[in-house]
Amino acid sequence: MKFKSITIFLVSSSFFLTCILSIWKIMSTLQGLNFTNLNITGNFFSGIILSLLCVLIGNRINHLIKIFSLSFLFSFLYFYFNESSPYWYIFGVFLTILFFTNKLKKYNIKSLTEDFMSEKIIFDFTTLFGIVFFAFVILFPFYIMLVTSFKTQIALLVNPLDFSLDFSKSLTELFKSYFVIFETYNFSRYILISSAVSIGTVIVTLLFAIPAAYAVARLNFFGKNFLSTSILIIYMFPAIVLVIPLYTVFSQLGLRNSIFGLLIVYTATTLPVAIYMLQGYFKSIPKEIEDAGIMDGQNWFGIILKIIIPLSLPAISSVALYVFMIAWNEFLFSLMFLDSPKSFTLSRAIQYLSGDAETPRQYLMAGSVIVTLPVLFIFVYFEKYLVSGLTSGSVKG
Amino acid sequence: MSNTLSKLEKRTAYTLVLPAVLLVFAIVLFPIFANIWISFKDIELKDIRIPEPRAKKIVKSISDDGSELKIVYKLRNSSLIQEIRDVKFQDKFPKNTSILNLDSRCNFKSKKIICELGDWEAKYKENFEIILKNIDGEKIKKETIKSQKPILSGKSDNPLLTTNFTLKNFKKVFYENNFIDLLLTTFYFTFFGTVGAIIFGILAAQLVNQNIQGRSYMRGILLFPYVGPVVALAYTWTLLLDPNSGTLNALLVNFNIIESPINLLGQKYITISILGFDFKLRLALTTVIFFEIWRYFPLAFLFILARLQAIPKSLYEAAEVDGASPVKKFIHITLPQITAIISILFMIRFIWNFNKFEDIFLLTGGASGTRTLPINVYQQGFAVSDIGMGSAVSIVIVMLLLAFMIIYFRLIGKKANEI
Repeated sequence: MKFKSITIFLVSSSFFLTCILSIWKIMSTLQGLNFTNLNITGNFFSGIILSLLCVLIGNRINHLIKIFSLSFLFSFLYFYFNESSPYWYIFGVFLTILFFTNKLKKYNIKSLTEDFMSEKIIFDFTTLFGIVFFAFVILFPFYIMLVTSFKTQIALLVNPLDFSLDFSKSLTELFKSYFVIFETYNFSRYILISSAVSIGTVIVTLLFAIPAAYAVARLNFFGKNFLSTSILIIYMFPAIVLVIPLYTVFSQLGLRNSIFGLLIVYTATTLPVAIYMLQGYFKSIPKEIEDAGIMDGQNWFGIILKIIIPLSLPAISSVALYVFMIAWNEFLFSLMFLDSPKSFTLSRAIQYLSGDAETPRQYLMAGSVIVTLPVLFIFVYFEKYLVSGLTSGSVKG
Repeated sequence: MSNTLSKLEKRTAYTLVLPAVLLVFAIVLFPIFANIWISFKDIELKDIRIPEPRAKKIVKSISDDGSELKIVYKLRNSSLIQEIRDVKFQDKFPKNTSILNLDSRCNFKSKKIICELGDWEAKYKENFEIILKNIDGEKIKKETIKSQKPILSGKSDNPLLTTNFTLKNFKKVFYENNFIDLLLTTFYFTFFGTVGAIIFGILAAQLVNQNIQGRSYMRGILLFPYVGPVVALAYTWTLLLDPNSGTLNALLVNFNIIESPINLLGQKYITISILGFDFKLRLALTTVIFFEIWRYFPLAFLFILARLQAIPKSLYEAAEVDGASPVKKFIHITLPQITAIISILFMIRFIWNFNKFEDIFLLTGGASGTRTLPINVYQQGFAVSDIGMGSAVSIVIVMLLLAFMIIYFRLIGKKANEI
């Protein structure tokens, strides 16, 4: 029993160590270091020795002293066998081992004999591995997007693995792609159009959605149930089947290539979500407050303006943020309706840029960074609001 | 009293709801029905532009004192394929002017010229000249003449509104379009994308639901792919996966994991041999599915996490007392609690993946075996510019979706409503 759980412990912990060391090695390779071998077996065996030492030492010496001395010892050995690597790389290895040994804190010879220990060990290390794996898989493309925008096409063709930034260059040189896309490719205009369309969509959607949501939440009228179910069904309907009829009608009405046309479509497609989210919130407002308003002789306009809106500001702002994000990220309709560079939104402009095979990739990535940053910023800043809104069934995608 | 009150309430409700409903009807519901109309028509992209009579005005002075002007109107039919009937032309001139060469088709009365130019066939062109003279021999200002724009009008058929219908489009959809392959590709993409997103969602939710440091950061990071703009993310992936200088291939070659770069997005099949058997894997499609999973597992993650956090802790404590292992806890406590949300997620993601256009379009453009139904709508409607055909494919999509929704509600809908 004891032997089994110790074996499982050693194997899974060394597997985890191998993983994080490999990720560190990959990241360093992308800084231009010339590694050609992940050295998996070596790392795995040193992982086994390291975890064995950790468990054997157990609580006999102070935890901090233990992990520091072990990490120091191992990174020194690592340095000894890989002399070519620079100091910052070894320092990274040191930190990685420090993190790893710190995670082994709760294991010692005694604890390994507890019930279900082997399952718990696997669970623990899968969790650790999962976190590292998910974080890496998700952040890596974003990282590549960012660093590519600071490199040049030629440098990347010569060595596609060297993403190191040359800080000896001047700032204008470093941010050159950003200057170029603003000056040559007119990105300031696209930013303006994208913001205008998105903010416009937010305003118009709220103007239409707040009264409608109020009616659905509070008033009795014929067809109310039908309306609230059809809101959900419309929400499920795909944008791609709307494209051809809208394109033909918009062409004939001269609404293509116009911000106004885009605004109408975005508003109509976000309205069902907005109404759905808002009416849920409006229902949670106590009815007595409105009755007081009715006593004071307010009509529905006054009730919405003076009672409902001030009370539901958090919900309204989260809906507003969502609608903004949907409109900002929208691509299909802007692809269909806009063909003159004068009226491009950011997404459409980037797609247009990529259509030209001559466009260097760093410009494409600089554009991508510009279109991504505002959304991520909004998301990170207002995460709590947005997450509760998301789970109540919003954002289509 | 209460009767009038409820009447008032109804009227208020309708005024509040109507604007939103009308807008959604016009932009969302109307097109779905318009698709049916268009799909039975033999109509191409170039047909939908309504032909217009157009005129370009050129002004020249032909006498020394500037009292005589020659005005040339370059008239044309904007359409290359359709005629315009009963074209009328109208222009205004300053007072005290007369026209020296009045065309027989025209009338000149009180500073206005009105012409009946008859029918114009497609591509029709004409140079229409007028010589204008000031009666008093004074100079005519060229600028005022130039700034006055002529008004043209005419009748033409709108091919969208005619009533000749055909079944040609549907025949083409089912017989000439590799329909079976199209359906299978769509199905693979939708099904594996959905299942993959849900599996990864469950894994991620399990991770974040444990007591780990930086849990809220982790939740935020996990949602990045979902909230990021699709254009930026798709192009980043294309760069990453590029066979010539993409990071992923370069890394794999560098660490000797593969011998030569693999064109992950441009190669239709790859042969994998397992235990001596050769399997043909649809490579580009698989890559696109992985992108899809990467981008949409966060949604599944978020919903499942919300459900997991609502499971009472006492259930797990009781299981602990009974001596249940972590695996048993997961199978007997966690899974039953999340099946309902998983079935809802399955439906939502299935429908949305089924309609996914942007991701595939930006990654492969529908090439190398990644052509799904939504991509086909675009290709037929805009690349081949056969609008009727594109609409027919849209109708197929709507039909399949309705069928799926009905099946879903029959099978799982009732259960999902019980939570």
